[in-house]
Amino acid sequence: MAEVLVVVEATKEFGVKKVTLEMLTLARELGTPSAVVLGGSGAAAALSEKLGEYGAQKIYAAEGDEIDGYLVAPKATVVAELVKQVQPAAVLLASSQEGKEIAARLAIKLDNGVLTDVVGLDADGTATQVVFAGSTIVKSKVTRGLPLVTLRPNSVPPTPAPASPAVEQLTVAVTDVDKLAKVVERVAEQKGSRPELTEASTVVSGGRGVGNADNFKLVEELADLLGGAVGASRAAVDSGYYPHQFQVGQTGKTVSPQLYIALGISGAIQHRAGMQTSKTIVAVNKDAEAPIFELSDFGVVGDLFKVVPQVTEEIRKRK
Amino acid sequence: MNIVVLVKQVPDSGADRNLRSDDNTVDRGSANNVINEMDEYAIEEALKIKEAHGGEVTILTMGPEKATESIRKALSMGPDKAVHVVDGALHGSCAVATSKVLAAALQKLNADLILCGSESTDGRVQVLPHMLAERLGVAALTGARKLTVDGSSLTAERQTEEGYEVVSASTPAVVSVWDTINEPRYPSFKGIMAAKKKPVETLSLADLGIAGNEVGFDGATSTVLEHSKRPPRSGGEKIIDEGEGGIKLVEYLATEKFV
Repeated sequence: MAEVLVVVEATKEFGVKKVTLEMLTLARELGTPSAVVLGGSGAAAALSEKLGEYGAQKIYAAEGDEIDGYLVAPKATVVAELVKQVQPAAVLLASSQEGKEIAARLAIKLDNGVLTDVVGLDADGTATQVVFAGSTIVKSKVTRGLPLVTLRPNSVPPTPAPASPAVEQLTVAVTDVDKLAKVVERVAEQKGSRPELTEASTVVSGGRGVGNADNFKLVEELADLLGGAVGASRAAVDSGYYPHQFQVGQTGKTVSPQLYIALGISGAIQHRAGMQTSKTIVAVNKDAEAPIFELSDFGVVGDLFKVVPQVTEEIRKRK
Repeated sequence: MNIVVLVKQVPDSGADRNLRSDDNTVDRGSANNVINEMDEYAIEEALKIKEAHGGEVTILTMGPEKATESIRKALSMGPDKAVHVVDGALHGSCAVATSKVLAAALQKLNADLILCGSESTDGRVQVLPHMLAERLGVAALTGARKLTVDGSSLTAERQTEEGYEVVSASTPAVVSVWDTINEPRYPSFKGIMAAKKKPVETLSLADLGIAGNEVGFDGATSTVLEHSKRPPRSGGEKIIDEGEGGIKLVEYLATEKFV
């Protein structure tokens, strides 16, 4: 079976991201998974065990400052060369900013179609995408070149299939034009041990109804009890209650967790765009007419400052 | 500084949006078509840079005839002129072909700085800035929440999952911006009147040296096979808190095995 290249997403703190395990799981349906690690020196060694656990038969690595010190262009050059060498059956990337950007450059370098925000991919290359704020399901296909797709997190349940991959170091042929956008500094911002928003299986979000930044502690406390991530509506972010990187909705992140809890969020279309493919939706809002209740599996009409503390207390009791 | 801002006309994301049943493209006929909201932040950033450093701001749009409405709206914020790439053969173009057309137009415009929104609210594909940078051989600083211009050097702060990155490049470059970068101005009455008289140049594919079969459905690198409406969610149980709302909520979570 032909190789399927999986471009690995990982973080220094947590290692291989869940979406990478999802891609490896999906790749096994399409061919023989090969993981591609692009990062600083030693990146592949740190990740190889986990990648093998989920079925990577081989690991290609391109490491060093030439790869890591610039925005995506060098990574795209490495993957494009690899594609030409191994002629894979498909190339899978994460539907993150970086994944989409590498895919964009690959599409031009290889004169190849590209599909983003894919939630499923059949062996014949037919991809499923959910568009227009989760309202429309699209079946699509790359018609020029190989299936080059970016997978949205929480699309495929990751399942292990242990293998013992060898790491093959790639010789990097990075050109000057790949080094035009330099990374001067990477600044980590504290977010504690919470899972990443798009990958979390539980997301607890707060909206304008939370009232101020300090009150977001209520949202965080519930999220931590449930092992979830914290999100915020655009209204809450615009009001300065919570940082932009946690914004769920049209101009923020799209999430699709098992459980989404909306606190003090009215459910404007702008917010629904980012969360309405969640499996189960629970809402607390004082306005009985709030549109969020139209898509909630369970809703409480009430004051979140009374309801949420009761929820956290009750969960603690049951633990 | 010669700044070009990419502006896309999209169906209003605040209303129902559909794909056409005949050719699977975005249904613009039944939609209220507006400027892609994200692009307004790019226009604002361009105007601020012009105000601080001098130069000229040009709007570049690829789209059907009726996109002129959005171009005039964009011009009413303050840019100097616009270029509209319009050609019947463009209908059905994929992102790869779109980037080819825009890259050709940008080459004609000889921009120092190409600004755009981080994504369009219709496709949300986010690939265009890097496709353009790849085609033009220039730098791409994407997802900027802050941009500093100092002569020909650009420094941007870009949001990442872990925090943020400071990235730098020299012009010419493509920079895409998030909606956290500024607060777009409202067009003034004077601006709206002035926009009617600002030059809007139209370019056809022939003007750009691109053949009709390189774009549109003929030149597409991907295709939509079919589409369907996702069944709408129906509201489930809704209770009114009478002192036990939180407990009932946890009971629901327990029956669904979340706690």
